[in-house]
Amino acid sequence: MSTTASPMKIVVVGHVDHGKSTLVGRVLHETGALPEGKVEYVKDVCDKRGMPFEWAFVMDALQAERDQGITIDTAQIRFRTEARPYVIIDAPGHKEFLKNMISGAASAEAAVLVIDAHEGVQEQSRRHGYLLHLLGLRQIAVAVNKMDLVDFGEARFEEVKAEIVAYLNSIGVQPTHVIPVAARGGANIATNAAETPWYTGPSVLGALDGFAPSKPANDLALRLPVQDVYKFDERRIIAGRIESGRLKVGDTLVFAPTGKSARIASIESWGGDRVAAVAAGAGQSVGITLDEQIFVERGQIASLAEDGPSLSHTLKARLFWLGREALKVGNRYKLKLATAEHVVEVTAIERVIDVEDLANHQGAEVGRNAVAEVLFRAKTPIAYDSFIANPRLGRFVLVENYDIVGGGVIAEVEGERLDHKSANITVVHHKVDAEGRALANGHRGGVVWLTGLSGAGKSTISMEVERQLFLKGWQVTVLDGDNVRHGLCSDLGFSPEDRAENIRRVGETAHLFAEAGMLVITAFISPYRSDRDRVRGIRPDAFHEVHVATTLEECERRDPKGLYRKARGGGIVEFTGITAPYEPPLVPELSLPTDGRSVDESVAELLRYIERTFALSTREQAVGWGL
Amino acid sequence: MTMNDLDALESQSVYILREAFNRLDKIAMLWSIGKDSNVMLWLARKAFFGHVPFPVVHVDTHHKIPEMIEFRDRVAKEWSLPLIIGENAAALAAGVGPHQGRVECCTALKTDGLKQVLAAHGFTGVIAGIRRDEEGTRAKERVFSPRTEEAGWDFKDQPPEFWDQFKTDFAPGTHLRIHPLLAWTEIDVWRYIQRESIPVVDIYFAKNGRRYRSLGCAPCTGSVASTASTVAEIIEELETTRVSERSGRAQDQESEDAFERLRAGGYM
Repeated sequence: MSTTASPMKIVVVGHVDHGKSTLVGRVLHETGALPEGKVEYVKDVCDKRGMPFEWAFVMDALQAERDQGITIDTAQIRFRTEARPYVIIDAPGHKEFLKNMISGAASAEAAVLVIDAHEGVQEQSRRHGYLLHLLGLRQIAVAVNKMDLVDFGEARFEEVKAEIVAYLNSIGVQPTHVIPVAARGGANIATNAAETPWYTGPSVLGALDGFAPSKPANDLALRLPVQDVYKFDERRIIAGRIESGRLKVGDTLVFAPTGKSARIASIESWGGDRVAAVAAGAGQSVGITLDEQIFVERGQIASLAEDGPSLSHTLKARLFWLGREALKVGNRYKLKLATAEHVVEVTAIERVIDVEDLANHQGAEVGRNAVAEVLFRAKTPIAYDSFIANPRLGRFVLVENYDIVGGGVIAEVEGERLDHKSANITVVHHKVDAEGRALANGHRGGVVWLTGLSGAGKSTISMEVERQLFLKGWQVTVLDGDNVRHGLCSDLGFSPEDRAENIRRVGETAHLFAEAGMLVITAFISPYRSDRDRVRGIRPDAFHEVHVATTLEECERRDPKGLYRKARGGGIVEFTGITAPYEPPLVPELSLPTDGRSVDESVAELLRYIERTFALSTREQAVGWGL
Repeated sequence: MTMNDLDALESQSVYILREAFNRLDKIAMLWSIGKDSNVMLWLARKAFFGHVPFPVVHVDTHHKIPEMIEFRDRVAKEWSLPLIIGENAAALAAGVGPHQGRVECCTALKTDGLKQVLAAHGFTGVIAGIRRDEEGTRAKERVFSPRTEEAGWDFKDQPPEFWDQFKTDFAPGTHLRIHPLLAWTEIDVWRYIQRESIPVVDIYFAKNGRRYRSLGCAPCTGSVASTASTVAEIIEELETTRVSERSGRAQDQESEDAFERLRAGGYM
């Protein structure tokens, strides 16, 4: 095992007294992570107090905690399995200490939710589960603890399991495992216990080793929030940490919100004789110099010209509130997003969410430890991404007086993602939101982008899919290559530039339809990967690329419009597949090979994909939640 | 461009140092002369491209191991550090020492010595090289950790800290401790020293079967049995040991909560 892997961060959450610290203490013991003498020391302390051995004391190093019997703050302790190193964050279950749990859980890659087999799912079990989801955590294992108190009964375990799985599913979380555990005695911690012969899943350590490590955000668009500008010597160095994407010397950076741009002249570094870097990626704290002395200051966000952050005076966010005073409409707070600070006013509280039962309430205020959906308006334009598109630029904290009083994740808003050229335009928000439209239609809006060679079957398939969806009551339309060239794009030819503009217009139009709640199917050759990626970038979560992967031989054999024959005869310049390139998608959402298959088979496959992806489930329609 | 764990730790520490430098008015860096604060000083030079743009403070208890003072003066000169040496002159004149009680001695010569030098220069923030893995109470620290005017630490009511958004707004009179090495472990520190060839006091290396693992004042700092005489050998030793790092520090072992009491009063 290499020692150069960063440890995986695990958070352990759950209701007070359900045994989180005990579980952690036991895990440390089982993996040999406790310093010499620690177990003896805790045994000594317990003996002195005339109580049975308490694993939780290993974690609860503070005197005050031992007296109160609860964990006060998030502690970080390390251990290692054969698979990899871990940092385990022991978070408190006491309601008063929610901020500490957030402080721990926000940095975690995966979580263990501990539930007392005897008491079952309690308020904080649900609250913590919900907050983990809100913080962006998707890998959660459940430990049903204190199985010894229910005689390792399978029936009781299944009861508790059903209850927690139902709750987690309702918020969109699929627990990786639900494990019956007796942390005090060590059952199912490191190995499968004899007391639970009916349980065939992994132990707690096995479940941990099954979590996937978080990936660096290199593949997202470049975001470099400016942290500071230094002038220690003749160099003017712009310092910051690359939150996502990559940059290299020579790249043109655009700074939001000013829209000013300059090229990277150098990447600066100090420390010995290492070769000067020419490129850097996500996670690196860098210093760069620019070829032009444009105005740059802390809080601006640098990106590459083609894929900048959204810019808006208003934000819609889901937030958790930690303030002693309630959040109210009309209140002002300082909003900190990456290195930027904005003064924002609460313009609406759309709903207050009871994390106990996930019921929505109309509310004029948001109390301590509550979760809500809130609209803000800022005096200055805020550069941001939605949390789904880029978590690091899609989250913020709120400050009141001197204290951080809440945190939130930014929802996707219709009409976001402004071009820098139109940076002085403020996005106007619709009164009808995406959720409302989806509920009314029974399905979400989105773009199903068919790409493939001429004659691959894009139009044939899309027209039939449209017909069938329409018969089912869907809001659906097809944008077809030949058809738009009669109108929207009648001024464009087939050069690479014109093809790019054609696709840009169609992409914008398709997304407008999608935002209006429609399912849009497009049928364009769209041969260039970069053009399609740009359309994806308009709203990545709404864009689904489908490769109609018919081979050139087959297309040429079909040749429905006689175009291949014409192209082979030199009658068409720049014909895709013959004299112009076709760049197939690298990772399409769906690939439809049509060679040797009937049109009906291809139609059926695409319909299955669309219904699975865009239709609202009965529960979603009932609860109106989780869009 | 893939970052390994040391790259990630370095980048995070650099980010914290730059936040502290940007957000706080008057800061200083504590230099205990130990391995951690040497690494921290090195990271500052990385963060600020060879410069150390704030004073480096060493609190001299006059009980330090002599090699440490020799090392301090040599490195400060070589690296042109803006060094400030503080001490609790009154306590030293009164002859305070560990014979009056270790916790009391630490409080007078280290904690009060520090408070005096901070007050004398008007520093509102000090950067300290503590790590979470050192000891239970340090595990609960924040990266940006506020202190009252009397340097008290209320560990029961710490500010929330997440998504690298630190508490950088304060009521007048608040002091701040900034901890850029909080996420590092002892072995990370040594691996980084090895990778970057950072100088350390040579009493860390074993002579006659013993070495120092944690440095402090001569009367209260014991050596541990070891044959590790190079950085590589220390790393190898740490990969297998289960003896805690501060086991040689006598003031921690005075009572069940000695270290916690020290810290609540302002000790690092």
